[in-house]
Amino acid sequence: MLKINNLHASIEDKQILNGINLKVKPGEVHAIMGPNGSGKSTLASVLAGREDYEVTEGQADFQGEDLLEMSPEDRARAGVFLAFQYPVEIPGVSTINFMKTALNQVREFRGQETLDAVSFLTFMKEKMKLVEIDQSLLSRSLNEGFSGGEKKRNEIFQMAMLEPKLSILDETDSGLDIDALKIVANGVNKLKKKDNATIVVTHYQRLLDYIVPDYVHVLYNGRIVKSGTKELAQELEAKGYDWIKEEADATTA
Amino acid sequence: MSNASKPDNQIDQLSKKFDQFETMLNGSKGSIHETRKAAIAHFLKNGFPTSKNEEYKYTDLDKAVSKTIDFSLEPNASEFGASELEFGKIKDLDAYELVFVNGQYQTEQSSVPNLDGVIITDFKEALSSDSDVIKNHYSKYASFEKDELVALNTGFSINGSVIRIKKNQTIDKPIVLRYINSVVNDQTQNHPRNLIVAEESSSASVIEIYGDVGDHVSFTNEVTEIVIAENSQLDHYKLQLNSNKAFYTGTTQVMQASSSRFRSYTFTVAGSIIRNNLNVDQDGEGCETHMYGLYLLNGNSHVDNHTTVDHKKPNSYSNELYKGILDDKSKGVFNGKIYVRPEAQKTNAFQSNKNILLTVNAIVNSKPLLEIWADDVKCSHGCTTGQLDEEALFYMQARGLSKDSARSLLLYAFATEVLETVEIEPVKAYLEKIISDRLH
Ligand SMILES: Nc1ncnc2c1ncn2[C@@H]1O[C@H](COP(=O)(O)OP(=O)(O)OP(=O)(O)O)[C@@H](O)[C@H]1O
Ligand SMILES: [Mg+2]
Repeated sequence: MLKINNLHASIEDKQILNGINLKVKPGEVHAIMGPNGSGKSTLASVLAGREDYEVTEGQADFQGEDLLEMSPEDRARAGVFLAFQYPVEIPGVSTINFMKTALNQVREFRGQETLDAVSFLTFMKEKMKLVEIDQSLLSRSLNEGFSGGEKKRNEIFQMAMLEPKLSILDETDSGLDIDALKIVANGVNKLKKKDNATIVVTHYQRLLDYIVPDYVHVLYNGRIVKSGTKELAQELEAKGYDWIKEEADATTA
Repeated sequence: MSNASKPDNQIDQLSKKFDQFETMLNGSKGSIHETRKAAIAHFLKNGFPTSKNEEYKYTDLDKAVSKTIDFSLEPNASEFGASELEFGKIKDLDAYELVFVNGQYQTEQSSVPNLDGVIITDFKEALSSDSDVIKNHYSKYASFEKDELVALNTGFSINGSVIRIKKNQTIDKPIVLRYINSVVNDQTQNHPRNLIVAEESSSASVIEIYGDVGDHVSFTNEVTEIVIAENSQLDHYKLQLNSNKAFYTGTTQVMQASSSRFRSYTFTVAGSIIRNNLNVDQDGEGCETHMYGLYLLNGNSHVDNHTTVDHKKPNSYSNELYKGILDDKSKGVFNGKIYVRPEAQKTNAFQSNKNILLTVNAIVNSKPLLEIWADDVKCSHGCTTGQLDEEALFYMQARGLSKDSARSLLLYAFATEVLETVEIEPVKAYLEKIISDRLH
């Protein structure tokens, strides 16, 4: 589904990604962990098409297409979804209105029928239940004045609405209380299908108790320096990153 | 080159025009003619404001007008069709209405109520019937000595409206004043004059609509005087639906008495040069003033909003929100003055001007000016000018929205803050349509 090969990216002449290799197959869950500033959000942004980053080397192929050539909206329409680490506040646009416009453009691209007001509402209600989000929240300006947890929940709601093939969740667990964490994880699990895949970026093992990864990768200095299974996450939780940094620094030195 | 072929300058043209005007008035000069004469003398002496005048620093009307307006022309006064008469008519709005084309009152198109509570007349008729409203209020608030444009308007004041809302009356429908320029064959000029008096404990809404039909230049120089007596409420709208060839200058001069409320709404969607002066005197305790403005500009449009609120007595409130979206090479000017006089303790005054520039060639000059002589007051002002939020654009694109729809959704959202203050639904719907068409 997703093949990333030797991906390098920089911003304002600062090199941040230094050769990422990653293969994600349909049905898989990959966790990406790594110290602050290692490039996790950068990787997510580059995959979603943020133009501030310049890809200096390497390729990314999504379902047989050159992902890096596509506009951000076409990536979303083709099925890439990024849940932002810091969702943007947009005054004056309600989530409902926003989703209605977005969903219909996405559906049109996918050759599906667009939804009228009534069917949109029915569809939306169904997805709201999945993430236990309140309609009053969705009528408000998008993310404006939302609590940290409400923002994250809104991201997962939007993901549910857009039915992506590949979801990238950038620290969706941070800022969530225990109950919200369960609800969000539960939502993600319910949305999981044989033909879609998830990449979860997280600092904490606790999320991975709910969303169980097939693979865990450690990003450090813009490279994946270690990959393993869910036991690796437990090991990191227990030991921190120092041993990995030492290993990685030894091989690059 | 012979001297005879040298055309008159604007001032000479207007001087001759005034002589013709007097001849035309013949025996029916009315009680206000001495005022007209004093005003025109003031204007002819000083001319149009230039950029040397601090108040017109960014809007040199002398330069603009001298290049384009021929005041010796006599505007077409009768040959209009449905396109002029219907222009700016708001669908589904049940209203009392006075319609003017090229300054001429259109009796047929107008619908004036026969009500006890309100008297709505065109200015000419009010003059000929020796209206008390004119006697008591005309030229008492908008001082022609302070502003040359007010002087010019006062000199030629004959077309417009006189509205009196009687004590304790709430008017059931908005009152629309529609001023259309017919510029199909040639340019036109006119000087609308409105006088609105809301007596004690009354309430009304007045909507002024300005527009152009045709491809030629228009010149409109309007003055509206508004008197709001104790406990009264007046909402005043200006919908400037002009063409990008229009020159429009206007002064709204407001006098508020105790416990009155005034709300002003100014929407501008085009214009070669537009200059709006909005001056509010709070001459009583417990006054409330709201001023909302929205300007959407493109091409070479130049729009200048100057506002003043003068808090003279205690316990008053004013709130101002002006927003602009500027495309192409358009230019915006915002100048907002707030005065809080020594006596005006416990005043709350807020002001905000926000602009989005869509190109590197669009410019805004935004200048707040707060002068506060009282010590127990709450005042704030803020102005922001920036580009469209790139983070927000990316967020929306990342959810599948095309860049264009993301952009128009964001701009529309920006405009909404002002739009949603409009309480008359058909007016709001009308503006929403114009604005969303423009932002696509
Ligand atoms: N616009 C920018 N200009 C300069 N440096 C940037 C910019 N954006 C990101 N960086 C830098 O890139 C590096 C990687 O940032 P990134 O946000 O990808 O880290 P992260 O792994 O997601 O960290 P965290 O765990 O704290 O979320 C950081 O050092 C950051 O400061
Ligand atoms: Mg991050």
